[in-house]
Amino acid sequence: MLLSLVILIPLLGAWLPAALSRALGVDPARTAAALAAASLALVLSQAPSVLAGATLVSGWSWIPEAGLNATFRLDGFGLLFALLILGIGLLVILYSRYYLSPEEPKERFYGLLLLFMGAMLGVVLAENLLLLVTFWELTSLSSFLLIGFWRHDADARRGARLALMVTGAGGLALLAGVLLIGHVVGSFELSDVLASGPVIKAHPLYETMLVLVLLGAFTKSAQFPFHFWLPHAMAAPTPVSAYLHSATMVKAGIFLLGRLFPAFAGTETWFYIVSGVGLTTQLFAAYVALFRHDLKGLLAYSTVSHLGLITLLFGFGTPAGAVAAVFHIINHAVFKASLFMAAGIVDHETGTRDMRRLSGLARFMPWTAALATVAAGAMAGVPLLNGFLSKEMFFAETLQVQWLGSRYWVLPVAATLASVFTVAYSTRFVHDVFFGPPPQGLARVPHAPPRWMKVPVEILVGLCLLVGLLPGLIVDPLLGAAGGAVLQAPLPEYSLALWHGFDLPVLMSVVALVGGASIYFARRYYFGLHGYRQQGYDGRALVEGLVALAVAGSRRLVDRIANASLQRYVLLLLLATLGVGFVGARGLSLAPIDATPPPDALAVALTAALVFAAVAATALHARRLLALVLIGVVGLVVSLAFVRFSAPDLALTQLLVEIVTVLLLLLALYFMPAESPRESSGLRRARDAVVAIAAGLGAGLLAWAVLTRPFSTIAWYYLENAKPQGGGYNVVNVILVDFRGFDTLGEITVLGIAAVAIVALLQELKLDAPQRDWDGRPWATERHPLMLRVLARPLLPLALLVSVYLFLRGHNAPGGGFIAGLVTGTAILLQYVAYGSDWARERLPWNYSTAIALGLLLATATGLASWAFGAPFLTSTFGYVHWPVVGEFELASAMMFDLGIYVVVVGVVMVIVGRLGALSGPAARGS
Amino acid sequence: MEALFAIAIGTLTSCAVYLLLRARTYPVLLGLTLLSYAVNLFLFASGRLVMASAPLTDQGLERFPDPIPQALVLTAIVIGFGMTALMVVLALRAIHATGGDHVDGGER
Amino acid sequence: MNHLPIVPILLPLIAGSVLLLSTKWSPNARHAFSLAAVVGQLAAASMLFVTVREGPVLVYALGGWAPPFGIVLVVDRLAAALLVLAGIVACASLLYAVARDTETSAQRFLALFQFQLLGIQGAFLTGDLFNLFVFFEVLLIASYALLLHGLTADRVKAALHVVVLNLIGSALFLLGVALIYGVAGTLNFADLARAIPALTSADAPLARTGALLLLVVFALKSALLPLGFWLPRAYGAAAAAVAALFAVLTKVGVYAVLRVYPLAFGPQAGELANVAEAWLLPLALATLAFGALGVLAARSLRIAAGWVVVYSVGSLLVAVALFTEGGYAAAIYYLVHSTLASAALFLVVDLVAGDRTSAGDRLDTADAMPHGALLGSFFFITAAAVAGLPPLSGFVGKVLILDASSGHPAAALIWSSLLGAALVVIVALSRAGSAVFWRTLSPSGGARAPRPSLAALAAPAAILGCIAALVAWGGSATAFAQAVGRDLAKPAVYVDAVLGGGHAQPDDRRRLR
Repeated sequence: MLLSLVILIPLLGAWLPAALSRALGVDPARTAAALAAASLALVLSQAPSVLAGATLVSGWSWIPEAGLNATFRLDGFGLLFALLILGIGLLVILYSRYYLSPEEPKERFYGLLLLFMGAMLGVVLAENLLLLVTFWELTSLSSFLLIGFWRHDADARRGARLALMVTGAGGLALLAGVLLIGHVVGSFELSDVLASGPVIKAHPLYETMLVLVLLGAFTKSAQFPFHFWLPHAMAAPTPVSAYLHSATMVKAGIFLLGRLFPAFAGTETWFYIVSGVGLTTQLFAAYVALFRHDLKGLLAYSTVSHLGLITLLFGFGTPAGAVAAVFHIINHAVFKASLFMAAGIVDHETGTRDMRRLSGLARFMPWTAALATVAAGAMAGVPLLNGFLSKEMFFAETLQVQWLGSRYWVLPVAATLASVFTVAYSTRFVHDVFFGPPPQGLARVPHAPPRWMKVPVEILVGLCLLVGLLPGLIVDPLLGAAGGAVLQAPLPEYSLALWHGFDLPVLMSVVALVGGASIYFARRYYFGLHGYRQQGYDGRALVEGLVALAVAGSRRLVDRIANASLQRYVLLLLLATLGVGFVGARGLSLAPIDATPPPDALAVALTAALVFAAVAATALHARRLLALVLIGVVGLVVSLAFVRFSAPDLALTQLLVEIVTVLLLLLALYFMPAESPRESSGLRRARDAVVAIAAGLGAGLLAWAVLTRPFSTIAWYYLENAKPQGGGYNVVNVILVDFRGFDTLGEITVLGIAAVAIVALLQELKLDAPQRDWDGRPWATERHPLMLRVLARPLLPLALLVSVYLFLRGHNAPGGGFIAGLVTGTAILLQYVAYGSDWARERLPWNYSTAIALGLLLATATGLASWAFGAPFLTSTFGYVHWPVVGEFELASAMMFDLGIYVVVVGVVMVIVGRLGALSGPAARGS
Repeated sequence: MEALFAIAIGTLTSCAVYLLLRARTYPVLLGLTLLSYAVNLFLFASGRLVMASAPLTDQGLERFPDPIPQALVLTAIVIGFGMTALMVVLALRAIHATGGDHVDGGER
Repeated sequence: MNHLPIVPILLPLIAGSVLLLSTKWSPNARHAFSLAAVVGQLAAASMLFVTVREGPVLVYALGGWAPPFGIVLVVDRLAAALLVLAGIVACASLLYAVARDTETSAQRFLALFQFQLLGIQGAFLTGDLFNLFVFFEVLLIASYALLLHGLTADRVKAALHVVVLNLIGSALFLLGVALIYGVAGTLNFADLARAIPALTSADAPLARTGALLLLVVFALKSALLPLGFWLPRAYGAAAAAVAALFAVLTKVGVYAVLRVYPLAFGPQAGELANVAEAWLLPLALATLAFGALGVLAARSLRIAAGWVVVYSVGSLLVAVALFTEGGYAAAIYYLVHSTLASAALFLVVDLVAGDRTSAGDRLDTADAMPHGALLGSFFFITAAAVAGLPPLSGFVGKVLILDASSGHPAAALIWSSLLGAALVVIVALSRAGSAVFWRTLSPSGGARAPRPSLAALAAPAAILGCIAALVAWGGSATAFAQAVGRDLAKPAVYVDAVLGGGHAQPDDRRRLR
């Protein structure tokens, strides 16, 4: 609980600086500092027991199914990092207060800083590995936002994206690695993982896990070849660089190496990968650092180099090496942070960080110069400073490595070479900036920084000295606890004495100091260091190039494939269908099982007519009116087929729908080109024909297969119960309004929605009707043919009568609400056709949209009525009443439902065709 | 009989598919109409073919057609009608909005 | 008699019809009424959820006709979860519609919005194959109308494509129904679960074809590639509130897959065991990859959001395609997450576009946004959720999917695709975000967009709140997902609930002649 508070205070408090400064005008820096201090106090309250060697684990189960638990762990190693994060964090907050100029959005800055602080604390205090990954990604995100803090600066934006890209990718690899660890160990809790080192190292997936985890660590800690994002992250405000990109976040990868040391370290693979990468990074970065002209650039590469050194130490896989690594983590964090702050002061006071323009600043800021010199000395490993001690340890370790056998000398030599360059660039940092002649042509005259801006530097430099002089007193307890926690085993022999007598490491140091100094001065004065332009491998160019390539490539790909061509999408859909059909129908036998009645002449003739009409319609589709007539023929034959195969209701419905549909298409044709242009190439048509024939064959064969095999169905139930329980002889109608009435309710809803949509589509739709006129479209002309008028007038009442009849008998004989509705609708339409929409609208002045809604509500209400009798929705009942003239007559509640259907259908037909007809009427003619 | 029925379905499907692949809205409309015929017949076929009968239980018939597919097809026809109607008007709207009757709008 | 199961269907049906009649009402009255209706649905859905979360399955036999003869509504954990999800997204997007957009708060729009929900909820509730078809049609035709609303040229073009493709899809659905009924002789899901395994090897090919045709339909609905290319333009063209609601629409296809295949074509289905498996995984991986590339390639935020939907459907179907208990569990959790995330994204993108008076949602340099800080944080959180970055639910979902697929023979491929695509999406969204919020010109004295209303901000905020809750209470959320996974892996629970324990009722199906 307490441990979670350490993390949650800064994490959840991140919004406080902004809130308090808006509400009460509190300086956001104060709020941030207070929160950090509170969290630091909590950590310190636990320090004694941890330093005594205890490991505090607490928390609760969070998402066990995913293995993600909110469990936290505070041991020496975690304590060390927590102190670094919070201690240096506090100093950075104090420093930023003077660094940031008044007009900058301080609230956001401190909020983000706290967010990062919390995330980083989460990384180092997590007991659950997935929780660690969670916070790991959070640090990447907050660093993205902090690097991009100066959003107007293009380099800041690019640097931020680059950092997110590299560390984000590493984070994903780490996630994969952690998941694998969880599978191998059977738990994501560090205690279990650290205890099962042998299991992990023996597992066939060991290399895979190792590489994935290392990818995470190396990207985060800017190890070669992923180091390039760090120098570009220097576009961030200097306090951010000091905090995230030298003291804490970039150490997360190192932290991971130390954290998982017992589980992974000590194998040959580990040695070669980790120390190989570490050594390369250390050497390469130290060399490059010497040639950076930007103060922060130099410090960035120096950071990369020192991280390489620590990685190398862990790579040795020896206990002593690990302890040396931990020691150097402490020292580097201290001196590097102070150096960044010094660089920030210089930048702040002179307006530039370019060492080619800076010089002799000691005159203006002697105290800062002194501080920077000491810190640089620590970086270079000058005796009596903290850097010296850990570097001695490092040298000593390089002499102990066994893996290389006869080539044992490689490591010490390379290490010495690296620190030669370290000394060289440290010297340059001090000499170029603070000594020599006074600077020329600076933006402003430099002067000493504000008092409080120096305090953080003073504290850190003081630490460098104290650790350097009294290591046993100051750092030993912490180092011991941290080292023990890393090893999860008793500590090896190590001594923090300032002087071990004159041995090889000392010699190496001397070589480094002398060589480094001479290299710097040699280059500086004889080889024109300042004129040096650095070319060569810049990862940013590479990555940004790759991304640009990916964007361009995916654009080409996406535009090419998803090209918004309906014909292609339809083709894909059809091909997919053919594909699954082909696979699905494997082993389909076409041998007829049922005896089938032989075809008779009529059937043959009708089929022939259908085939002819369909094919002709397809072949002549360009001549649109003709094609439509042929389609009408097809529909007619289909409805005849329904008659032939004992489906009277279907036949009626099909016929009526056919009429209305053709009517509709005719109306539409009125506003369309009379012909389709011939645009698809012969090849294209051939391809389509092949697809079409394949589809037809497939459908035909499947139909044949279905038709010619027996099957058993639940249909008998409807046939048996239609009358006794549904109260109707017409089983189809009873199914529609009762057994499966729910389908019908949905069906009329679809109709209703269609009508609504169509009304919307026709709103202020202005289409110019073509001047030239075809035959067979009476309503297209102004005059309404006499014949029709004579016919239509008496037809309406007649049609209404027929509808009533069809409606009433529907339950027992072919008919029903839907068919009746279509009849009525068509009859009313005829009036429109005969007399023009205006005339008709005067005499049949109903709002058909309202009718649709009312019909829907009526049908629904009928269904709801059954609730009153405690029966489910749509439960029907029926009884017999004696009507005067009609006589004994059956009333089924389903008929109310059917009435709803009737009303909806009439409304829909009127809306759909009526509105469209009105378009073509005189009203639209004006346009 | 079954053979004829299957042939009819096959032909309708072929024609429908060919028309669906055209570049103008009108032939696509015709294709959709034909496709709905084909599909309705297919769905109807899933109840097998029975002649000289009806799903009416008061006619003293000794064998009945399967009423379920008939009910399903009826629903399908109605829904298909609504969809076709919408599609027709949408095609008109597309001409209005894009200035052409190409399926991808405009004249291409 | 407990009528609760049908309430989520009746409420929108009645509300929609009433709204059609509401020509004379004041706009505010209409808004209040519509919002009340969706809130009512959410309440009903939540009550159903609470009822079934411990395991009982509610069965509602419409018209009192016992299954398999009548149509039944079935509420199990899976259905209940999706009902609630749809309710939440509906509330948020409707709130946004009425708060933000005069165009989308018109009477007709409000009615159509209700009908859209009717279709969605019906599809989630029904236990009958043909009834599922009917509700698909309801939700489709409503979606056409909603997509078209406003009638801009883009929307008309997009709608034309969507309509034609889905009409073909409906035809395939009917073919599938015909093939399955033609051999199994029944339409009730539970009854199919009994009938399919009993099929003779002569009938099996027909049923298999039917099952695969249905798979094509569901794939088209859920925008599985190569059938999903229509989606980004359509969703990108639609009004924001509509697009947000459509985030649920794609999931109806996924739901149908989860509902039908484990039940009737699962491992127990004899000759037809796991018909969908061979197809789904490779296509899902392709969808995932292509969707991610689409996000990277997008030139505007709306289109990017459209591709995000494709991408998330891809990852979702990867989980489904495992057809294992763990896979189902991961799928249901990720389904809820990705639906919420994409819905939020569409709303946030619309707010951003509204604030960038000059550039709208295009990814090019423009004046600094008047409310960049506020909307920027909205966008950042939403993008993090979409990209599956911790600590939001996307991360948990990703972990669950990776976890569930770790045993799979193709695990390496699945893992690298999932993580690689995630990286691409991170890159794409960070580029988009920095282009829109960071790379800005100093604000010129142009027209300054007004601050978005609180209600308009509340809509995405509410969804993001749900996403946060999905993590904060991740324990119970994932536990529930596991339970759903168990249900799907053991269809007997569902079958028994619908048809009663006595499985062997041979005379349910008889020959007619």
